[in-house]
This record gives sequence, C-alpha cells and structure tokens, in this order.
Amino acid sequence: MAEERRPKQCTVVLPTESMKAMAESIGVGQLQEESCAALSEEVSYRIKEIAQDALKFMHHGKRCKLTTSDIDHALKLKNVEPLYGFQSQEFIPFRFASGGGRELHFYEEKEVDLSDIINTPLPRVPLDVSLKAHWLSIEGVQPAIPENPPPAPKEQQKTESTEPLKAVKPGQEEEGSIQKGQGATSAEAKGKKDGLMRMKPRSTHELSVEQQLYYKEITEACVGSCEAKRAEALQSIATDPGLYQMLPRFSTFISEGVRVNVVQNNLALLIYLMRMVKALMDNPTLYLEKYLHELIPAVVTCIVSKQLCLRPDVDNHWALRDFAARLMAQSCKTFSTTTNNIQSRITKTFTKSWLDDKTQWTTRYGCIAGLSELGPDVSCAFVSCTLEEMFSPHSKHCASVIAKARPLPDNVEQYRADYGYLGPMLCSHVVKARNHTHHHTASAHPNGVSERNRRVRGVPYRQHHQGTQLPHPHVHPTRHPNTAIAPGNQVHRHGNQLRIIFHPAGTVDGSFVVFVFFEIVTKTIVFKSINTIHSVLLHSPDIVPVKGLDTYSFKAFYFYYFLHCRIIVKTSNLTHMESCSNQKSVKQINIFYI
Amino acid sequence: MAAVQDGQLNLEVEKDIKTEITNDGSGNINANSSSPGSTSSGGKSKSPAGSGEDQQTLLAVLQFLKRNKLTESVDILRREAGLSADADDSPVSESAGAGSGGVPSVGADGGDANSLLSRVSIATPVAPPDCGLDSHGGLATPIYFHSSNNCACTVVAASGGEDQPDVNVVLSAYSQQGDPVLYPLYYNGLKKFIESVLDCHRAELSQVFYPLFVHMYLELVYNNHENEAKQFFEKFSGDQECYYEEDLRILSSMSKKEHMKGNETMLDFRTSKFVLRISRDSYQLLKRHLQERQNNQIWNIIQEHLYIDIFDGMPRSKSQIDAMSGSLAGEGKRDANKAKVFYGLLKEPEIEVPLDDEDEEAENEEGKPKKKKPKKDSMGSKSKKQDPNAPQQTRIPLPELKDSDKLDKIMNMKEATKKIRLGPDNLPSICFYSFLNAYQGLTAVDFTDDSSLIAGGFADSTVRVWSVTPKKLRRVKSAADLSNIDKESDDVLERIMDEKTASESKILYGHSGPVYGISFSPDRNYLLSSSEDGTVRLWSLQTFTCLVGYKGHNYPVWDTQFSPYGYYFISGGHDRVARLWATDHYQPLRMFAGHLADITCTLFHPNSNYVATGSADRTIRLWDVLTGNCVRILTGHKGPIHSLAFSPNGKFMASGATDGRVLLWDAFDDVELDDFTAATGHIHLPENSQELLLGTYMTKSTPVIHLHFTRRNLLLAAGAYNP
Repeated sequence: MAEERRPKQCTVVLPTESMKAMAESIGVGQLQEESCAALSEEVSYRIKEIAQDALKFMHHGKRCKLTTSDIDHALKLKNVEPLYGFQSQEFIPFRFASGGGRELHFYEEKEVDLSDIINTPLPRVPLDVSLKAHWLSIEGVQPAIPENPPPAPKEQQKTESTEPLKAVKPGQEEEGSIQKGQGATSAEAKGKKDGLMRMKPRSTHELSVEQQLYYKEITEACVGSCEAKRAEALQSIATDPGLYQMLPRFSTFISEGVRVNVVQNNLALLIYLMRMVKALMDNPTLYLEKYLHELIPAVVTCIVSKQLCLRPDVDNHWALRDFAARLMAQSCKTFSTTTNNIQSRITKTFTKSWLDDKTQWTTRYGCIAGLSELGPDVSCAFVSCTLEEMFSPHSKHCASVIAKARPLPDNVEQYRADYGYLGPMLCSHVVKARNHTHHHTASAHPNGVSERNRRVRGVPYRQHHQGTQLPHPHVHPTRHPNTAIAPGNQVHRHGNQLRIIFHPAGTVDGSFVVFVFFEIVTKTIVFKSINTIHSVLLHSPDIVPVKGLDTYSFKAFYFYYFLHCRIIVKTSNLTHMESCSNQKSVKQINIFYI
Repeated sequence: MAAVQDGQLNLEVEKDIKTEITNDGSGNINANSSSPGSTSSGGKSKSPAGSGEDQQTLLAVLQFLKRNKLTESVDILRREAGLSADADDSPVSESAGAGSGGVPSVGADGGDANSLLSRVSIATPVAPPDCGLDSHGGLATPIYFHSSNNCACTVVAASGGEDQPDVNVVLSAYSQQGDPVLYPLYYNGLKKFIESVLDCHRAELSQVFYPLFVHMYLELVYNNHENEAKQFFEKFSGDQECYYEEDLRILSSMSKKEHMKGNETMLDFRTSKFVLRISRDSYQLLKRHLQERQNNQIWNIIQEHLYIDIFDGMPRSKSQIDAMSGSLAGEGKRDANKAKVFYGLLKEPEIEVPLDDEDEEAENEEGKPKKKKPKKDSMGSKSKKQDPNAPQQTRIPLPELKDSDKLDKIMNMKEATKKIRLGPDNLPSICFYSFLNAYQGLTAVDFTDDSSLIAGGFADSTVRVWSVTPKKLRRVKSAADLSNIDKESDDVLERIMDEKTASESKILYGHSGPVYGISFSPDRNYLLSSSEDGTVRLWSLQTFTCLVGYKGHNYPVWDTQFSPYGYYFISGGHDRVARLWATDHYQPLRMFAGHLADITCTLFHPNSNYVATGSADRTIRLWDVLTGNCVRILTGHKGPIHSLAFSPNGKFMASGATDGRVLLWDAFDDVELDDFTAATGHIHLPENSQELLLGTYMTKSTPVIHLHFTRRNLLLAAGAYNP
C-alpha cells in the first residue's frame, strides 16, 4: 500500500502549462518545452520545500489548518519576500477559467474603489480576547455544565453498553482503578486477573446531589399540574446534554408510572409520561438503546391498553393512542436494527392482537394506529391481508348522511375537493337525497347492513391480494368482530369507528397503500378528507374536523360509516385496482373498511 | 523476483547504450551484442554462487587493467562479471573496516587530507562524476571524506551561518559512485541476505536498510542519475519502517543535484553519521557477507556514513530496536550517554522560621481561609540531608535569594502542606481556562508557579497577561510620581503602584511575529517571550514594558524557559542551536549545538544544572549548563518532540511527540548502558495506557495548550475556545 502511495508523492509536479502561463504573465513568450519541464520540476520542489516549512509554523501555532501567514513565514525563513495581499484567514476563492484549450486557476482581484471603502461604515470591532475559567473535572468527575462537552458522547455510551469491558469512562472507573491497585500490589493477583476472563465491572450510577435535585424537580414538573413548568422540564429533557447519568432513573420512572397509571386509568398522567418519552427521544445526546426494554412496553401499553381513562366515551384517549403510536414508529425508525428486530416484533404484536377475535375495539384501534404509523409498507403487508371487499350498493344511505352533514350548496367541485374522485358521485347522491326526504333515518338500516356485512365478511381477501404471503386467519362471519359492533350500542360505548382508505396512488412506485382513520369521537366526526391523502403520504396528516353532527344518533354515524364504505366499494373495481397498483401515480382510490 | 527481473531489464538497456559509446575492445562488443541479456544474467548468477577463485582472478585482471589506465575495459569487464564498481577496492576497505570505522587511517593521512579537500571541492562541480572514482582510487576517498567531515564541523563552528562551502564539501562526498544500474541489485542482494539470516540477527541487521537506502538514493541523485534514483526510491521506499515516512517524503521530492544544496534534511544525513547499535555477532555476519560478495558499494556507505556501535551480548529483538530507533540520525552513541548526570535537587536554603509561631498560626488559619502567611518549615526534613545525586550547590552560580523569594518559599511550603495527595483513587480537579475570541491565535500559555497569573502568546505578536486572583495588575508609577513618594513609609511597595492602571489583564506589544514561547520568571517579576521574529524578549511585570530583546537566533524561536532559580533562561528555535542566556547579558552564555533539526521545546532541569531540548530530529538531548556538553541523547520518538516535563524530583522526564506517544525517561541514573537487552531508558506509555490511563476529560472544541499543577495539586489547563 505504502509503495503505491509514495511514488505518487514524489512524482507530483506542476504541469508545464502552468509554467507557460506564468511566463506569459510576466512577458516571456515562447518558452521552450524543455525549459518548461525543467522549470516545473524545480518549482514543484521549491513549493514542496516551502510547504514543509509552513507546516512547521502551523504546528507551532497550535493549529490544524495551514494559513497564508504560515506560507509567508516559511518564505521569510528562506529570505524570500512574502506574498502580500493574501492575508485571508478563510478560504481563498480561486477561480477557474478555460479557453483556447487552456485551463487556468486564478485569484480574482477586484478593482477596489477607495471612496467606497471610505464611505462604508467600519466593520464591527472584533471582540477582545478574554479569559474564562470553569471546572473541567472535580476530583476526577467531569461536571455536566454547558462549558463541558456532553459527558458521554453517544458513541461512548454505545460502546459502554455493547462492549462494557473496553469502555473507559471518565470518573466512573473508581472500581477499575481499585482493582488495578490491588493488581499492582500483588503480581500474582494481576496475573490471575489477566488470565481469567475479565468480569464486567459493576457500574454504580451514583447521582450527585445536584443531579438528584434536578431529577426530582424534573420529574415533579413533568407530572405536575403546572403546564408551563412541564414545558420547561420537557425542554430540558430534550436538550440537556448531561442527562446520561440519570437516564436509567428516567426510564424506570416512566415505565413504573405507566404501569401504575394504566391500572388507575389516569389518562392525564399517561399523556405526560409519553411526552417525557418523546422528550428523551428528542435528546440527541442520549443513547436510549440501553433502556428500550423499559420504554417500549410502556409506550405499547399506551397504544393498545383496553382502557386508558375512566370515561372512555368522553375522554380523548384516542389522542394518547395516536401519540404513543407515533412514538412507537419513531423509535422503530431510530432503534430498529437487524439484531433487535424491534420493528418486526412490534408489528407482529400489533397484528396478532388485531387479528384476535377477542380483542377489544380500543386495542384494535391502537394496533392499527401503531401499524399505520410504521409506514405504508407495513400497513400494506399486515393490514391489507385482512381486508375484505364489500359489494353492496348503498350509496344513497351514505348520501343521506352527508346531506345532513354538509351545508347546502352541493357543489361538485367542492365534493371533489373533499372526497376526491368519489366527489361527483357522492354529490349526485346527496342532491338526490336532499330532494328525496329529510326523514331518512338510519335506524331502519343497521340490520340489513350487518347482515350483509356478515355475509361478505367471510370472504378472505387473500385471493385478491396476490402480493401478500402472510398468513391470513380465516374469519368466520359469525365470529367476526364487526358482528359484535353491529348493534349500535357497543360502538356507541367506544365512541369510535375506524375506517381505512386503501390508496394505491401517492407513492412514487404506486404500489403502496395508505390508511386513513376516521374516528368518531363523541359527537364529532373527525376524518381526513379523501383528497388530502396525498398530503398524508407526503406530509403530516391533515385532519378536517366535521362538526354539526351532534343531532344525529350514533346509529346514523354507524350507518353512514357502512354506507360510505359500500359506496366506495361499489365504485371501485378490485381488478382494476390491482392492475393500477403497479403504475405510477395512480389516482384511483379504493376505500375499504373493517 | 519481479524486482530482480526489473533490474535485469534496466541493465540491458543501459548496456546497449554503453556499447554504442564504448567501442574499443571489439571482443567485448561482440560478447555484448551477441546476447547481452544472457551474459549479464549468467554473470550475475555466477557471482552469487561465489566461485572464489574466479573472483580472485577477475580482480587481479581488473587491477592490472586499472594500473594500465584501461578504464573502459575495466568497466566492461566489471559489468560482465557482475561485480560491483568498487569490488577491486575491497582489500583496502577491509583493512579500514577492521579498525573502528577507519579512524586510524584518517590520523595517518591527515596531512594531505586538506589538500585533497581543496582539490576535490574545486574539482567536483566541474569534473564528471566518473573521474572521482578513477582518479582517487579506493584509498583516497574514505580518507577524504572523514577529513571533510571534520572540516565541515569546524567550518560550522567558526563561520556560523555560512553554509555554502560546507554544503559543497559535504555533497562532494557522494562524487564517488558505482554503476547506478547496480544499486538496486546491491540493495536487493543485501535485503535477501538479511532476510535469510537467523531471526535473532535479522532485526538488528534490518536497521541498516534505512540509512543505506537514504545514502544510496542520495548518491544516485547527486550523480545525476535521476531516473535510476526515482526507480530505486519507488522500489525500496516501501520497505522502510513506517515512522520514516516523513523523511522519505522529503527525500522523494529531492530528485536533482541542485535540490541537495540547502536542503536541511539532506545536510542532516550528510553532516552526521547514522548511529546503529549492533551486537558483535550480527556485525560480523554482515561484514562477512559484504566481503564475500565483494559488495563494496554498500560497504563503503556503511564505512562512511554509518557509525556502527558494536556491543557484546545478545542481539536485540525487534521491539527493543523499535523502542530506540526513529530519530533522524539513528540512536545515540553509547559514549554519548555515559556522562554522569547529577539529577538530584539542590539543597533548599535554610529558612529561619520561629517554630513557636507555627502552632498559633496553624490554629489561626483554621478559622480564616488562608491569605495570611504563617511561617512554617515543613520542608526542613527533606532538605537536611544531601542527595548523593545532587550537584554541588555552587556548581553553577545561582542568584542569591531575596527577601521576597524567601517569603515566597515559605508560602510555597505552607501551600505544600495543604497539597492534596493524588492517586488513582484521588484524581485531581481540573480548572480549565478558556481563551475566548482568540480566533485560533493562541500559540503559547504559561502560568506562574503560584498560579496567580496567566500569560498568553498570540499569533498577532501580542503577549497578554491576566491575573486570575482578585488582585489586579498594576503598573509602577512614572518616575516623576515616584520621586514624590515617601520612601520611608511602610507601605512603600503599595504606594509605588499606580492604582489607575489596575486591570485584570495587560497587553504587551513588541514582537513582530507570532509568539511561540512564553515563560514567567519564578519571582513573577519578569516574563519571557520568544517569537517568530527571532528574538526573545524580557518583559517587566512591574512596569509592563519590554526590558530587553535578546537577539541571537536569526530564525524563529520556538520555545524559551526560565531557570527554576531565575536569572538564566534557555531558548531554542529553527536554527537548531539552543542558547543559554542570563538576563543581564545580551549575548548567550552557552550555545548548545548538536540537534539536526529545529529545536521545538526547551526545559530546565529542576536543579538548574541541566537543560533538556526536544527537537524535530526526534531526539531529546540533555545538556550540561556548566560545560555546555551534551550528556544524553535520548532516542525513541518517531515524530518531532513537542513537549517535555521533568518530575519534581528531577529523576524522570516525560516527553510527548507528534507520533502520539508519551515516553517516560529514567535515563539520568547510571544505567548500565551496555546491557541493551533490558534497558531502553524509557517506558512507552501507550502500551500500558489501559492500565495507566486514569481518566479522559473532553473539552468542548478547545485544544489544550498548557497544563500546570498548582502547589496544592489542582490541575490548571488552558486553551483557546475554537468553535
């Protein structure tokens, strides 16, 4: 290797063209090729010599960057007049020009108008040198103050957790040094120590008094009642570089907190704890991998727990689930490796519980939320395998609901904007519905719907979904969860519905699927309008709350929900969808429901 | 194998050219033209086979031809036989080699050496390189060289800066030359031989490679065989130890004879002999091999440019050699390190302190936090007995203690009692002083011994002094004001200070280049600074003005340091000479010359009798202040040395270099230097770093420039914040 490198070093010479160019610049034309070659060798050698001397000045100047002044000093050593006018501390902008088969690098010297210089206000005087003292280390332990770098850089924390024997951390090796002291006293013991396998030194995470105070303050503020304080505390967690020592404590605090508060259904505290998790994950200096075994269960609990609040129909525990799901997705993205397989394990867990018949709807929601946050790939692979088609035209029912929901002017364009390609059709239906009757209550329909639902549910999706090789549990119509929610009561109790929009367009390769959740949270339908799916894919979810449905009974919602699905299914063509799915930028949108 | 074939090819090409030129001996031409390749290879294969008789006859023929001035025939015959150019000189060289490095012959012929010198130094620039060999023959050249070397030294000593004649003389030593084509073959032959010797000798003999390589390359370059030199370099530079890479880079850039003039590295190689330590067995092996092969080219180089320090005993192992090698001129000679070094500390002067005061004061201070100066003699026991290793108290004259010094000593002792005992379980606290807004311009930092002042040298030629205690820096009043002061009053020392000038920091202007070295005097009244402008300046910390500019170094002065007893100081810089000064003399008292490259750091021994200098030639030298002699040459670093430190007891020294290693030296005792198998004189810290490293403390983008332990064992560090 060295042999390959060195010849390069010794053979680098300036091109002869440079010599010619320089000669021309001082008025010597027609320089012979031989003289050019001789000159270039000589010049190259001299330049190297000067560079070597300049390096000396750089080293003694305690710098790692060669400056023009170093070159000047080196020239001075050789009794050569320094180059004036290059006193630039920063990068010197050499410019490049070519023409007539010549290439030239030059330093652009602009003409300077002195009057301009005189008239411009003087630049700010640079700050004077000042001296500032701080503690780099106190009795061998580096205090975590802003003047010091983060106590343990991420790499070090990583080596500590992955290779505990190799890691040497400042101020933490009291134990190691004691061992060493003993080893020094008796050579025998030392030999023994070296001979046998080295035990991982027990590391005690002792917190200083200041750290203990800080920990107390932070945790109290995080779960306390003062929002301002909490924001500050979370900000501190997210940015402070010195939390490394306290990380195990925080981790335990969160995990224990979730454990207790889930049992007590204390939604607020759970939310606070999740915000702490978020803050910890936002802190760039922390190596969280070590504590994922505590944090992930806590987060997952907040996603899929059956009950997270005392009044599930009133409290917005959905938000917590969504938030926790986002956290989960974030941690999967950040921490998942081929060794820990976090993502696949989490996905499996979600899928399994989702497919389980006995799963509560809240849990189910959490599972889907979690899966969908993991990205379109995962959603496609795991969710779509359980999708079934519905073939029942009930658009007008849906239309009736929409008719109630929307303000009167039924503009096709507006519909298109809100519902995408379904818009025009919906619009026509709505217009029909408005004309037909205002007493079209939904109560008459649920039975029919659920019957239909039962019938259709039994059809496994797999036969239509060739790409997916995942096991598909055969769902019996009678046992399907949907039958369980068919009576409006139960749905009402949970106050929520889910729907999934199957979207083959959007991503570049056109093969992905995205799901949008429509949730009905007590008296409000929150949904993502169909035409924003593109932005869902590309940006953040754009949620359009639709209000004014409070006069409707839940059955109406329920009905609306089913009808909506059917409309969509009716308009969609599965074979068409599949054929489209491989094309780019497919505009087709298919909506399925569970 | 590839190398050999390559060599043959070159040989053929060369031969074809030569045959065109030399067309007198027709028989030879026929032989060449018929099958040059086969003959040459045959000749080569024959000579390694070592048919002794053939060689002898050939030699005889050669000498006969030579005597009759049939030089061209000699050349042809030589090539035919695959002999080295100087094979016929072997008997002479051998006889010289039997003596220790041919020195006796120098003595004998010393008389005409000078005349030879003058002749050659005139002749060389004009005469074609071949003449050198033919006219002198084998005998004259080595003699000439030695004398020239001696002369070179005297020239340097006498006329100081004038390099030019010196360079010519030195360079002309290369005028003798062999066939450039054969150089790779010689080198390769030796390489093969060394690879084939017993393992125990191999490491020792491998030391020869690097100096040999360098000198062969330089010879080729000197004799204008540019292409051959390049090829030679490319072929064998990869074999050299990696720590020579820096030198090789410089060498590689040197491809013309003209480049050699004025090139410092080149001069280093030429003016000094590369010192190798080889056990007698290994040396015999090498010698025998070279004589058997009649490999005189290499033998000459070894004779002339290498100093082989032969010792009796076991050959050293590779690791032992590596621990010592790496410097520009090989290891230190054995006798260079023989001198006795008095490394003990000087006896502390007895300071009379009322003992009964002690208890009172001690009680007193428990209540109050310091500031008072209780007189206490805790160091008494230590200073009572005379250290056998300490130099005589009056070995070098030291300034007398003033009252203020005594006060300071007392303070020092008092502080020493409060010293925290440090150990692996009790690591020091570190206080870091960051220079803000320094814009990468901080080049040197020093703390006073009592840690009350910090001085910084900057690239913008300024020196700045800060007070880190609440006591501000004040200037002495002007002369006019001073005359108004009541000199009898008790607080006259307070009164002379100008309150109006009180500030936390002062800027000292005077240098005209970056300040690279800075040092406080022990009594805190003076400050030294050395700069790129070639001067060392002495500043008063009473008036904050420059008192003296010491001119002597004409080149940048990299470092300067006050003696621990004040008065003396040492400076060293780019001119490779360290100078010892006294503050009241404008000329240096001693000049320590010997380093082969820039002196990068200078340091006084705690007893002020010795001075250590570290250099870019990768050696550390210890100089005796009294005699001016170099008493130790410490080799082992593989990069320029940039920092030195003595242990407070004077027994150990630590050095840090750009090779990233810290070496700890215990080389001042009477080390049994003959026993190379055990003692390398230093402990290599990185090897034990896992055990020795107690803690690592990162700064926030602040390079650490200076470290200083306070009297109470608090560690102060300083550096410029460089966001």
